[in-house]
Amino acid sequence: MTSTPAPSVAPAEAEIDALIAAQLHLEGPLLPIFHALQEAYCHVPQAALSRIAEALNLTRAEVHGVMSFYHDFRSAPAGRHVLKICRAEACQSMGGAALADRLLAKLGLDWHGTTPDGKVTVEPVYCLGLCACAPAAMVDNKVRGRLDDAACDALIAEVRA
Amino acid sequence: MKDFIIPPKDWDMGTPLSRSTKTVTLSVDGFEVTVPEGTSVMRAAMEAGIKIPKLCATDSLEAFGSCRLCVVEIEGRRGTPASCTTPVAQHMKVHTQTPKVKKLRKGVMELYISDHPLDCLTCSANGDCELQDMAGMVGLRDVRYQAPEGAPLANHFTPRDTSGAANPDWTPKDDSNPYFTYDPAKCIVCNRCVRACEEVQGTFALTIEGRGFDSRVKAGAPGDDFLASDCVSCGACVQACPTATLQETSVIEMGTPDRSVITTCAYCGVGCSFKAELNGDELVRMVPYKHGKANRGHSCVKGRFAYGYAKHKDRILNPMIRDTIEEPWREVSWDEALKFAATRMRGLQETYGRKSVGVITSSRCTNEETYLVQKLTRAVFGNNNTDTCARVCHSPTGYGLGQTFGTSAGTQDFDSVEDTDVVIVIGANPTDGHPVFASRLKKRLRQGAKLIVVDPRRIDLVKTAHVEAAHHLALRPGTNVAVVTALAHVIVTEGLFDQSFIQERCDWDEFQEYAEFVSDLRHAPEAVELLTGVPAEDLRAAARTFATGGNGAIYYGLGVTEHSQGSTTVIGIANLAMLTGNIGRKGVGVNPLRGQNNVQGSCDMGSFPHELPGYRHVKHPEVRAVFEEVWGVEIDAEPGLRIPNMLDAAVEGTFKGLYCQGEDILQSDPDTKHVAKGLAAMECVIVHDLFLNETANYAHVFLPGSTFLEKDGTFTNAERRINRVRKVMAPLNGYADWEVTQMLANAMGAGWHYTHPAQIMEEIAATTPSFAGVTYDLLEEKGSVQWPCNEDHPEGTPLMHVDGFVRGKGRFIVTEYVATDEKTGPRFPLLLTTGRILSQYNVGAQTRRTENTVWHDQDELEIHPHDAEVRGVKEGDWVKLASRSGETALKATLTDRVSPGVVYTTFHHPTTQANVITTDYSDWATNCPEYKVTAVQVSPSNGPTDWQEDYEAQARRARRILPAAE
Repeated sequence: MTSTPAPSVAPAEAEIDALIAAQLHLEGPLLPIFHALQEAYCHVPQAALSRIAEALNLTRAEVHGVMSFYHDFRSAPAGRHVLKICRAEACQSMGGAALADRLLAKLGLDWHGTTPDGKVTVEPVYCLGLCACAPAAMVDNKVRGRLDDAACDALIAEVRA
Repeated sequence: MKDFIIPPKDWDMGTPLSRSTKTVTLSVDGFEVTVPEGTSVMRAAMEAGIKIPKLCATDSLEAFGSCRLCVVEIEGRRGTPASCTTPVAQHMKVHTQTPKVKKLRKGVMELYISDHPLDCLTCSANGDCELQDMAGMVGLRDVRYQAPEGAPLANHFTPRDTSGAANPDWTPKDDSNPYFTYDPAKCIVCNRCVRACEEVQGTFALTIEGRGFDSRVKAGAPGDDFLASDCVSCGACVQACPTATLQETSVIEMGTPDRSVITTCAYCGVGCSFKAELNGDELVRMVPYKHGKANRGHSCVKGRFAYGYAKHKDRILNPMIRDTIEEPWREVSWDEALKFAATRMRGLQETYGRKSVGVITSSRCTNEETYLVQKLTRAVFGNNNTDTCARVCHSPTGYGLGQTFGTSAGTQDFDSVEDTDVVIVIGANPTDGHPVFASRLKKRLRQGAKLIVVDPRRIDLVKTAHVEAAHHLALRPGTNVAVVTALAHVIVTEGLFDQSFIQERCDWDEFQEYAEFVSDLRHAPEAVELLTGVPAEDLRAAARTFATGGNGAIYYGLGVTEHSQGSTTVIGIANLAMLTGNIGRKGVGVNPLRGQNNVQGSCDMGSFPHELPGYRHVKHPEVRAVFEEVWGVEIDAEPGLRIPNMLDAAVEGTFKGLYCQGEDILQSDPDTKHVAKGLAAMECVIVHDLFLNETANYAHVFLPGSTFLEKDGTFTNAERRINRVRKVMAPLNGYADWEVTQMLANAMGAGWHYTHPAQIMEEIAATTPSFAGVTYDLLEEKGSVQWPCNEDHPEGTPLMHVDGFVRGKGRFIVTEYVATDEKTGPRFPLLLTTGRILSQYNVGAQTRRTENTVWHDQDELEIHPHDAEVRGVKEGDWVKLASRSGETALKATLTDRVSPGVVYTTFHHPTTQANVITTDYSDWATNCPEYKVTAVQVSPSNGPTDWQEDYEAQARRARRILPAAE
């Protein structure tokens, strides 16, 4: 098990309600609400689910169903850096699986894990559209291609700094 | 159940019936078939007798197209479309068994089975599993997906892999719900349960969490199990599940049933049809019957699961007698008990006169049984002292609709809701009281119909997932008439009434008079706002919505009738329907939601002291003559006593003996202390019931009753539908209730000799015009019929007043608001109103003896946080609830569902005895008690009141049973 740093203060209900209310004029406001909350808190607080359900006249189950469909909506904050390693076919054929195993071992993590210092979270991703430069990864929304051991070490040093 | 033994009429057709009137002809595997436009290819094939393999489709749900097992080939079209999502087209040529689709199906099935355990022999769905059937149908012989070397094949069904490490994809069973179990290991994620919860039940408690291989069915949000989620345990998901994933716990314990009997639920007035499924005489489960015309294959937690009371240890199976209520009960033979009862009753009549005894018929027993009980008093006792619990619920409906339309009955069938555009729900809480109807209503509301709720309390319908009332008029309890009249005021003064309907169908002069009355400014929403607490603008908007929104239907419940002006409100509702021309076609009408399974029937069967069966006054000699000829006795022309009169007379010493079948008047009737005093003053109280109920504490003779599973007969539901009740098993007590009544009558010298309820129905048909055409053969053939069923309507009458009102011209009656005498004041500043909760039923005699108590194990007092705060009451505190009649104690719950100044509770538990509080005020026309308005005070308390403790002690004493003397 890896631990995730707990947010210092639980988000206030009134603040959540305000973020929800700001999206209600949109058609289909559920996803924009998730985005707004994640933007504000780096995750979608569990306490927000019933507030969203109430505001949109949905059930908590429905809200949870939609949120859990999208891997990028988090129920807990991620580490400071998010490292996504491609596990799709092209990268696997270029040694991506072994590379990922080594990377995880060096960080002492399993998939979706966060280092105890809260610096980095590792997640799988299925194709970054960078097959020509496989194996590929993405750090904080920036893609990296042609990863070898040296590049990986540099990458680790960068995110742990 | 194996499809090949299911009769074709009960086949799962895969997709719902199309309502189109246009037809399309196509050929399926060379067979021509003609179906309504919009039908799926899958259903068309089934109509032609050709089954297409399927997993995610079932005919209670819209097509989903996810399993890909139902692929077919269609000439002239590319690829292999899913037959469930492809609508038929003229001259389409469909092929269901080509080499290509057979191969595809096998491949799809192989993938399904690769993540499914192969423990069929020990699986609870063995023999009742669609996955198993489909694997057989597509001829799956091998699963080629093998685990890679050194690693397990990812799956959801093994708790641990071969090395003993935990499988992260495995989730344990969820057996938090007492009636069914969720086993994720068996799940194929077909989505049927989630869709059933949404489309059929309308609760949206389930979802699919995650995506791809991680997708799992989930109840509620993270951390919830089934019990903690929004699940209302209606069983729709269990019904929809094709595998053992969602399975009745009873099937897991007992095995798959092998025979079934179609019967009718004995709970609320919806009257759902069920298949009782059994092994031998062991009831395994109750399954909603899809051809049931009231429920259309849906059910609620009570009918589907809460039948355990039938075998509860509290059930009394031997007759008992005692000389006085201070003595313990003695178990005796049927002969001795009946002789004892007959001798006492005859003795009382000799001493105190013919009219000193009477009966109370039951709204839970069958029509035939009720008919016999009223016949007992009229033909054997020689008086008209018969009444029924409808006195305390829907007697104002009888009066109000009788006066305005000419007959005492709801005007529609439940199917009518599918055509309605604006619904007024007034004084009813369908999601709790009539859940299956509520699901059908919510479905229509999700399609866009508008809802107006008139209720002091924010009932669930006001705002629930995907449903929101357009207007909620949160009136002060007791001001129904003022609100209804104000609605009429707006409709009349703004010219929104349907003049041509009124001119053609109603008495125009009476309308003029009525219009003048309601147009008076004192009925304007602005004028009554202070009184009712309903903002005038809201009320005006609601009136406009109803009058101009298309087909308008009014559904109402006991919140309308159980008032001192209950009959006036019913009349007001009838006026509204006539004003807006909303009578006599689909989607409109006035619809009383009846409380108990056979309230309609018990009223039809002449349970009231002034009416012989068919609502005909006993004073008319020609009516009496009909029965006198068949019964061979003279019938008293004087109406008999109503329940409150019986009790008053008992206290005065002129009413001495009572035969009370299947009703617990001590708990259900108002002013418990007065009822107890009346019962205690009687010298022979015969209680005929399943359990030693509260009334039995004051009884001298106890005759064991039989459950609805143990007898033949009919129930009549809120839509006048006569449904068959069929004997599923032999009565545990030895006799069906109609047999017991007959034995009692014969012990008093009646000489009745019915051998089957069908003969009683023959007698009913022969004497009662609205039942003239009803026979058991007809019910067998049609499934059910709605009365009137006679020469003019040989197949019954789904809609009433189609071409004209039963009484001729519809009659407008002025509805003057008269405030109840029950007023708040310094001593009792709050208004108490009472109601029902989903999991419990009426006095709870049945539901308290089932697992339903996990949802509601005691009555609670709902109080607004403001009212609680000033009284120092916190959530969960014991509070004392006092009125001028009495006091009781219960736990408080703080909620803004009730407005400040209003408190609310249920009356399901005898330890609370909410009716100690209610007063003896009643409806001016029918004596229906004013349960819904009582001035009360709430104060903190330490626990039960002295009265509750004394009551408990008395009840314990009165329930002692001597060991049988051998």
